[in-house]
Amino acid sequence: MDNNGLKRTPLAALMEELGGKMVPFAGYAMPVQFPDGILKEHKWTRENCGLFDVSHMGQAFVIGPDHETTARALEALMPGDFVSLKPGQQCYSLLLTDEGGIMDDLMVTRAVDARFEGWLMIVVNAAFKKENFAQIAARLPDGIRLDIMSRQALIAVQGPKTVDVMTPLCPDAAAMVFMQTMHTSIGGIDCHVSRSGYTGEDGFEISVKAERANDLAHLLLKNKLVRPIGLGARDSLRLEAGLCLSGHDFNENRTPVEASLNWAIPKTRRQSGGFPGAEPIVRQLAEGTAQKRVGIKPLGRAPAREGTHIHLSGEHVGEITSGGFGPTFNGPVAMGYVRSDLAIPGTALDLIVRGKVHPAEVAKLPFVQQNYYRG
Amino acid sequence: MSKIYFTEDHEYLIVDGDTATIGISTYAAGQLGDVVFVELPDTGKTVKKGDDIAVVESVKSASEIYAPVSGKITHANEALEDEPETVNGEPQGAGWFFKMTISDVSELEGMMDEAAYAEFTRE
Repeated sequence: MDNNGLKRTPLAALMEELGGKMVPFAGYAMPVQFPDGILKEHKWTRENCGLFDVSHMGQAFVIGPDHETTARALEALMPGDFVSLKPGQQCYSLLLTDEGGIMDDLMVTRAVDARFEGWLMIVVNAAFKKENFAQIAARLPDGIRLDIMSRQALIAVQGPKTVDVMTPLCPDAAAMVFMQTMHTSIGGIDCHVSRSGYTGEDGFEISVKAERANDLAHLLLKNKLVRPIGLGARDSLRLEAGLCLSGHDFNENRTPVEASLNWAIPKTRRQSGGFPGAEPIVRQLAEGTAQKRVGIKPLGRAPAREGTHIHLSGEHVGEITSGGFGPTFNGPVAMGYVRSDLAIPGTALDLIVRGKVHPAEVAKLPFVQQNYYRG
Repeated sequence: MSKIYFTEDHEYLIVDGDTATIGISTYAAGQLGDVVFVELPDTGKTVKKGDDIAVVESVKSASEIYAPVSGKITHANEALEDEPETVNGEPQGAGWFFKMTISDVSELEGMMDEAAYAEFTRE
């Protein structure tokens, strides 16, 4: 902990050394930007390779006697199809309340190695990791436990040149496709690598023991294609990619159907149910919802931030939940909830920014094409 | 002969007689980061000291700009609409926000000069 009561990740000192401007985020001191600034960092990531310290996120194992038992236990908490996960495969899922509201989004991965049969790795967001881990732990049946990794760092490397950075260091990892993971070693450093990320770009997330995190970061940063990137650009990158920010673009009062995350509920689970809120969610899948999350493009230059009211002919029809400037899109971009009958790209809307009406339209997401490597 | 003043809100005023050119300081522009949008006041508008009259937005956030003195807005720097990055490039030059006529020059009393502002922003 630092003087301001903020926790520090194993990479905090390195981030400061690299010129990171540290700000409080989810109880941690995190770099919001580096001397390059958010615009340049954002563009660098879209064109080269950005390195992000995401060690503040919560990493844990859910451990049971065998894969099916562990997977079924997690399926009672989330709408994912974890039983079907192949060794090393990762999927995106949602932690739901009994009413079907979204507490958080997370990644669930089946361990590769046969020694870890019955182990699923989960990665949750930093903001409510304590509460969400407690919630998961409390709901797991006897014989299945949650093992939180408190001495583990997480480094994301993202961008189209990332594969060129990874190939010489770890050719096996560079051969994986999107949402595949493996246990491997990079420059002699033991780590768990997944081909995933939250920028819309091809990239990797590397989980590594705290005491080796700096060695790994230094090794990656040795390549001149790699630059450190702060939270500011991380946010504009994920927004352009149309990806949700937990607690903003959804929360406990929004279901996956309202949040336009239907794709996170595979067919098998729609039929079998058995996840929290299954009944209202399955009904909403059939009947629709009053509001839906959509992309929103302000037509002028003024960004519309979170909380901006959306009107149609003077009537309140929704609110912006994430909004800002998209450096690659080169204009303001936003997401928000609107009345479902208006959730059609091209629909004209008004945004009320500081009391003035600004024209906007519903936009197709993502704003910038996703570039995942699918082989 | 013009003179530069600074406020605690990191605005500068370049004052010549009863006219002032107003923007944000080099220090403030650096702190704010890349400027992507500036909302300017309408010319002809009469404002009171402390009114929020303009907005400067970086990628991350929006910040209000307050009228540092009372008076009337005479010009707005429309070039910033297409090139908001000028605020970062030349904050105390081509990146000015607006010009106004000052209704009461005594409101300038107590504002910082260049040396006092340098001291104020020293880390």
